[in-house]
Amino acid sequence: MKKRKLRDGLATFLIYTISLISIIILGLIVYDIFTKGYIAFKEVGFTNFIFGRKYYPTMDPPSFGIFNFIVSSIFVTLGSILIGLPLGVGSALFLSEYANLKTKEILKPFIEILSSIPSVIFGFIGIVFIGPFIRKFFNIPTGLNLFTASFILGIVIIPIISSLTEDALSTVPSTLKEASYALGGTKYDTITRVVIPYTKGALISALLLGIGRSIGETMIVLMVAGGAMNFPNSIFSPVRPLTATIAAEMGETAVGTTHFYVLYGIALVLLFLTLFLTLVSNKFIKNLKRE
Amino acid sequence: MVNEKIKVENFNLYFNEKQVLKNINLSIFEKKVTAIIGPSGCGKSTLIRSFNRMNDFYNARVEGKIIFDRMNINDKNVDLSLLRTKIGMVFQKPNPFPFSIYENVAFGLRVKGIKDKSFLDQKVVKSLKDVWLYDEVKDRLFDSALSLSGGQQQRLCIARALANDPEVLLLDEPTSALDPKSTQKIEELLEVLKEQLTIIIVTHNIAQAGRVSDYTLFIYLGEIVEFGETKKMFTAPENKRTEEYITGIFG
Amino acid sequence: MKKIKEKGFEIVIYVTTILTISSLLIFLVPIFKNGYKGIFPEFLFTFPKNGMTEGGIFPAIVGTFYLTILSIIFSFPVGVITAVYLAEYGKPKFLVDLLKTSITTLSGIPSIIFGLFGLSFFVIKFSLEVSLLSGSLTLAILSLPIIIKSVEESLKSVPITFKEAAYSLGCSKFETIYKISIPIAFPNILTSLILSVGRIAGETAPIMFTAATLYSRKLPKSLSSEVMAIPYHIYGLVTEGVSPEKQVPIAYKSAFVLLLLVLILNLSAILIRQKLRRQRKW
Repeated sequence: MKKRKLRDGLATFLIYTISLISIIILGLIVYDIFTKGYIAFKEVGFTNFIFGRKYYPTMDPPSFGIFNFIVSSIFVTLGSILIGLPLGVGSALFLSEYANLKTKEILKPFIEILSSIPSVIFGFIGIVFIGPFIRKFFNIPTGLNLFTASFILGIVIIPIISSLTEDALSTVPSTLKEASYALGGTKYDTITRVVIPYTKGALISALLLGIGRSIGETMIVLMVAGGAMNFPNSIFSPVRPLTATIAAEMGETAVGTTHFYVLYGIALVLLFLTLFLTLVSNKFIKNLKRE
Repeated sequence: MVNEKIKVENFNLYFNEKQVLKNINLSIFEKKVTAIIGPSGCGKSTLIRSFNRMNDFYNARVEGKIIFDRMNINDKNVDLSLLRTKIGMVFQKPNPFPFSIYENVAFGLRVKGIKDKSFLDQKVVKSLKDVWLYDEVKDRLFDSALSLSGGQQQRLCIARALANDPEVLLLDEPTSALDPKSTQKIEELLEVLKEQLTIIIVTHNIAQAGRVSDYTLFIYLGEIVEFGETKKMFTAPENKRTEEYITGIFG
Repeated sequence: MKKIKEKGFEIVIYVTTILTISSLLIFLVPIFKNGYKGIFPEFLFTFPKNGMTEGGIFPAIVGTFYLTILSIIFSFPVGVITAVYLAEYGKPKFLVDLLKTSITTLSGIPSIIFGLFGLSFFVIKFSLEVSLLSGSLTLAILSLPIIIKSVEESLKSVPITFKEAAYSLGCSKFETIYKISIPIAFPNILTSLILSVGRIAGETAPIMFTAATLYSRKLPKSLSSEVMAIPYHIYGLVTEGVSPEKQVPIAYKSAFVLLLLVLILNLSAILIRQKLRRQRKW
C-alpha cells in the first residue's frame, strides 16, 4: 500500500516536472534569438536594418538592410495565399458538404499525404520540373522566381487550410443546416448564409496559420525563389525571402561577426511575425470554442 | 435485527455554486437493498456517486458527513483507493474494459499488486460464478470482453466489482441499457448478492425498485421526500408527492 | 438565375478539389517516373563516389535513420508525458494555459529558427559541434509540439466511462492513466509516433547547420560525427556541385527513396486509424 502511494507521488511529480520542458524550451528559443538578434539591431540600427535597401555583408564597410527580403517574404506569402486559400477552402467544402462518406474516405488521405511530403521534395520538383516549365511557358529568363515560389508554397499550405476549415465546418450544428434547408434554402444558400458565417472565426484562423506556414517555410523558397537580393519588380522577379537568406548564408558566416548576428536579427523578425500570427489565430480558435 | 452500514448526516453537495443535494440524512442498512428513485435530474446519480467519492472528478464541493466504517469518507485524508475497493460500483452503461474477460475481473486485484497466478485464477472463477456468468464464458475467458452481449457485459462489470470483495455495491441504473430478460437476470442476482453485501441501486424504473429493494428513498430536486421500507412506501406512502410519483402521475 | 449560381458554385467546389488532388500528382508523378530505376539494391546500399556524381546513398539513409530514431527517443517520452499532463491532470489552470500557449507557439515557429537555436545552443554553447547529437536534439525540439498535440488527442478520445470504472475499482489517478488510458489509446499513440517519424525524417532546415554534411564516404561512428541525411543530400545534389546532368538523376532516386519512406509511414498510419475506427465498439 505504501509502495503504491510512493510510486504515485513520484510519478505525479515527474509528470508535472517533465511537462514544464516545453515551456522552458520556448523560453530558451525566444531568449536566444532575441539576445543575438538584438545585437544586430543595435549594431546596424533599427531603421537601417529593417528599411535598408542595401545588403552587402562581405563588402567593406558592409551594409545590412533587409528590406528587400521582408518585401520578398510578404509577396511570396501573399501569392501563396491566393493559390492555397481558394483551393484549401474549396476542397474542405467539398469534403464536408458535397462528398459522400466513401469519396471522403478516399480523398482525405490524398490531402493528408500532400501535407506529409517533405518540403525539400517540393523544392526539388520546383527546380527540375516546375521552374523549367514556367520559364518556357511564359518565355522568361528564369523559372526560379517569385511566381514559382508562390505557386509551390500555395500547394503546400492547401492541406493546412483545408483540414482546419474542415474541422471548423464540422462544428456547424446539423440543426442549423436543417433549418436552412427546411426554409427552402439550397445548398448554396446554406453554405453562404449559414455555414460560412458560422465558421468565420475559424476560417480567419486557418488563413493566419497558412500565412505563418508560408512565411516560415525555408527549403522551398531557398531552392525555387531565385535568390536575387533585388527588390521584386514583377511577379517573375527572382527573389530572396527572409528564411532563404538565413539558410543560404549561415553556413559560411563566422560565429560572432556582425553578419552572424544579422542572420539572428532576421530570425527575430521572422519569430516576431510568426508568434504574432499564431497567437492571433489562436485567439480566433478560442473564441469559436467559447461560442 | 438490522445494522447501519452507512450513515449520511446533513450532507450537501454543490457543483460550482449550484446546490445539487440538500441536507441529506439517511441510513443504509447492512445486507439490504436500498433503492434510490426520483425523476431524472433530481440528484439520484449524484447521491449514489457520493458514497465512493466519484463526484470528485467534477469538482464537487461537499458539506456534512457520510460515515462508513466509523470514518467520514468526506475527510481529506481518506484513502480513496481503499474506500473504492470496499464500496464497489456498477455503471449505467456496461463498461467492460476492452481487454479479455479474465483481465477485466482480475483488474482490481492486479491494481492492488496481487501477482499470485493461482489466487487470481481462483478469484476470477469465483467472481464469474457469483454472477452466473462462468458457465457462459468458461471456454473463452481470454476473449475480448466486448464480444459479450450487453447483459453479459453488465454482469461482468458486477463480477469485476465483486472481485475486490466489497462490503457495499453501488449500482447506478444498472439495467437501463438492457433488454427485459437481462434485466430480470440481474434483478434475481441482486436477491442472492444481498446475502453477502449491502446494495444501493439507483433506478428510474419504479417497478424495479418495488421488486428488488428492501428500503426505498425517494428524492426530488435534491431533497429527500421520503425514506422507508419499500413494502410500506409502495402500499401506503406518507407523502403525497411520493404517491403521485409511484403511481405515475408525475415523473 | 438562381439555378446558375447554384450550379456555378458547385462546379467551382469540384474544380478546386480536382486541382488540389492533381497538384499532389505534379510532385508525385515525376519522382515515381524518374526515380525508381536501379534503386534496389545498389543505390540503397552503396556509398557515394566522385563527389556527388556517382554511387548510392547508403550513408544518407543510415544518417537519416540515426537522426530520426535518436530524436524520437528524446522527444517521444517527454511528449507523451506532457500530453498525459494536459489530458488527464489539467490542473492548475494557469499552468495548463501557459503550457498550451507555449506548445501552440512552438508549433508555429519556422523550422529554420529551430536550426538557428540548435546552432547557438547545442553546437556552440554546449560544444556538441555539428553532429548527430546536435541535429537529433534540434529535431526533437521541433517534433515535440506535434507529438504532444496528437497524443493529447488520443488520450482524450478514451471514453470517460473506462476511467470511471478504473477509479471505482480502486485505481489512483496514475494507475488509471497507465493501466487504462495509455493502453486503450495505444494504437492512436502509435499512429502519432509513426507520423512524427515521417515528419522528422523529411526535415532539412533544422539539420543544415547542426548535423548534416553533404558528402561522406564513411558511416557515422558516434554521436559526435557529422552525418549525411537524405533530404539534405537532395538539396545538395540540385544546388551544389559541378555536373548537374549526373546529379539530377541521383537526386530523383534519393527523392524517390525519401518519398517512399514518408508515404509508407503515412499510409500505415492512415490504415491503422481506419481499421481502428471500424473496430471500435465503444
